[in-house]
Amino acid sequence: MSPQFLYTIEVMLNGLMAGVMYSLVALGFVLIFKASGIFNYAQGVMALFAAMTLVGIQNGQVPFAHLVNAVFGTNIHGFGWNLPALFAIILTLGVMILFAILVERLILKHLVNQEPIILFMATIGLAFFMEGFGDLMWGSDIKVLDVGIPSGGSLWLEDKTIGWAAEGSNYYGMYIDKLDIVATLVALLLVITLTLFSQYTKTGRALRAVADDHQAALSVGISLRRIWVIVWAISGFVALVAGIMWGAKSGVQFSLSLIALKALPVLILGGFTSIPGAIIGGLIIGVGEKLFEFTIGPLIGGATENWFAYVLALLFLVFRPQGLFGEKIIERV
Amino acid sequence: MFYRQAGDFKTTYRGDIQTFPLRQDRIAYYLMLAFAFLVVPFVINDYWASAVLIPFLILAIASLGLNILTGYCGLVSLGTGGFMAVGAYACYKLMTAFPDLNMMIVVLLAGFITAAVGLLFGIPSLRIKGFYLAVATLAAQFFLVWLFNKVPWFYNYSASGQINAPERTMLGFEVTGANAEPAVSYLFCLTILTVLALIARNLTRGRIGRSWMAIRDMDIAAEIIGVNPLKTKLSAFAVSSFYIGVAGALFFSVYLGAVEVGEVFGINQSFLILFMIIIGGLGSIFGSFAGAAFMVLMPVLLKNIMVGGLGWPTDIAAHIEFMVVGGLIVIFLIVEPHGLAQLWRVAKEKLLLWPFPH
Repeated sequence: MSPQFLYTIEVMLNGLMAGVMYSLVALGFVLIFKASGIFNYAQGVMALFAAMTLVGIQNGQVPFAHLVNAVFGTNIHGFGWNLPALFAIILTLGVMILFAILVERLILKHLVNQEPIILFMATIGLAFFMEGFGDLMWGSDIKVLDVGIPSGGSLWLEDKTIGWAAEGSNYYGMYIDKLDIVATLVALLLVITLTLFSQYTKTGRALRAVADDHQAALSVGISLRRIWVIVWAISGFVALVAGIMWGAKSGVQFSLSLIALKALPVLILGGFTSIPGAIIGGLIIGVGEKLFEFTIGPLIGGATENWFAYVLALLFLVFRPQGLFGEKIIERV
Repeated sequence: MFYRQAGDFKTTYRGDIQTFPLRQDRIAYYLMLAFAFLVVPFVINDYWASAVLIPFLILAIASLGLNILTGYCGLVSLGTGGFMAVGAYACYKLMTAFPDLNMMIVVLLAGFITAAVGLLFGIPSLRIKGFYLAVATLAAQFFLVWLFNKVPWFYNYSASGQINAPERTMLGFEVTGANAEPAVSYLFCLTILTVLALIARNLTRGRIGRSWMAIRDMDIAAEIIGVNPLKTKLSAFAVSSFYIGVAGALFFSVYLGAVEVGEVFGINQSFLILFMIIIGGLGSIFGSFAGAAFMVLMPVLLKNIMVGGLGWPTDIAAHIEFMVVGGLIVIFLIVEPHGLAQLWRVAKEKLLLWPFPH
């Protein structure tokens, strides 16, 4: 095989892995959208917030330390402990559930029956609030997240593939980050769990009932408010997983919340209401943008990854507004 | 009692359809104009001009533009920053290509160029709406910013990739560049804003504004009664982009003087202007002004209190500012979805009745 061909394969594989990461964020969007018709712009910031909280708890940071220091002139920094990763993850999950309850109590309860676009703008406000709140709580410096996921290039794969190229060519094997492989497995596991959960548990059935028809669900005795809390808690959990993966990959920093924006075109491709759609949309965007950058990018100045996904989504919208797997949009008067 | 609608008789048809039909409104409007044009330029100083007044005037133009699109026509756009960048770069290219061109003409031309670009990105709005459209406008935002970053022709092959506003005069006074007097820049922006606001007010009262609102309220019903969605939606995009383009041109040439496109016209600028119209009031000209004033004044105020008054570090002040802005958006959407404009309407109602209960 020629090195050029192998490079293309490598780019595609890396694109697939990146796509899995996008899908992780997109999953959270789909869950909330299905259950409450809310397009949750804050999903990316939730991932950032979850990752920050995890790092903070793990390293024993005192919340609001620098605010307290600034106001009272004290000099607090940390509790001076290092918690094991699993324990910290469980505590963070608790924080995300608390967050879900607060969101329902303080925001959603008051915005029932508003137009979707109003709810969307409310979540933009929520995203801004959380961004400031997270930074205030844990500080805005870039943090290193380490929960023991292996990372770095996979030497085994490099050794395996180096022999594939023709004899005498400059080819050193494929470079694939171990972290990406773990992320793929985690995403797979997450999707299977979520599917099983929504198919075979009572709460899962209630979730699907609410997604189908709010009023019908209410009339058979499903509490909408409880379902919303559950859904926001689950997507808080998904955000935590996404936050761990992205945080381990590129450090916990503000740019993490911009990934939420990348999830929007993923959703448009996959359809807002389909979990498999979110995954496949993510993969298409991931592979598409990497291949585009690899083949056409150098001709037009590079850094096309910034906009490729959006323009692809835009073109897609013109021809198939409901996405690949979404329900057909029917307008009734 | 203090604000009266009764007893204000109109004897001519012209009087009945004028921009401000009530005499009290008219007087208040003229007084404010006189104050803005005749008093402020003499007391203005550098700090007030650059921290409050000029950004307020320019962002008010932008929020007028977005309000036409989002508030009146119901099409949510997250591409405002990108369109402002189009205005800024068009302005820069025109300023450097035709050095003798009058600054007013340059700004207007930049607006027309932006309107053309807006039309192009408005085409998907014919098939999609709601947040699908919002995502489509994100494409405009990211693509345009990338374009201006990557194609050297737009920034005249300058080494830094920035654009710098050359010095240009208007009626013999310098409007742009480092030596421009704050009063001159202020008056330049104020004139443009006054004219554009008057046009916006009358557009939204007239046939075209009513067709925008019909599309916003229910597009299918509007189509059935004979409103052409193609013409209506695209005209909203064109007019709105014109306003936003003018705002972008002024933001670059008069206010900042030098622009790095990703920083100034990024996605946060789009959100800022969206917040202005939410807080000010969707579908209200007064709301555009109120929202712009609020969003310009609040950070200045917060910063002065926290950094100047309490001596906290600036990064904490910035975090708290984020929280306050986000929190206010949510609170406004819950408590008063029609924004400051609605509060103003309620206040007028109160003034009408007070002190009598009915």
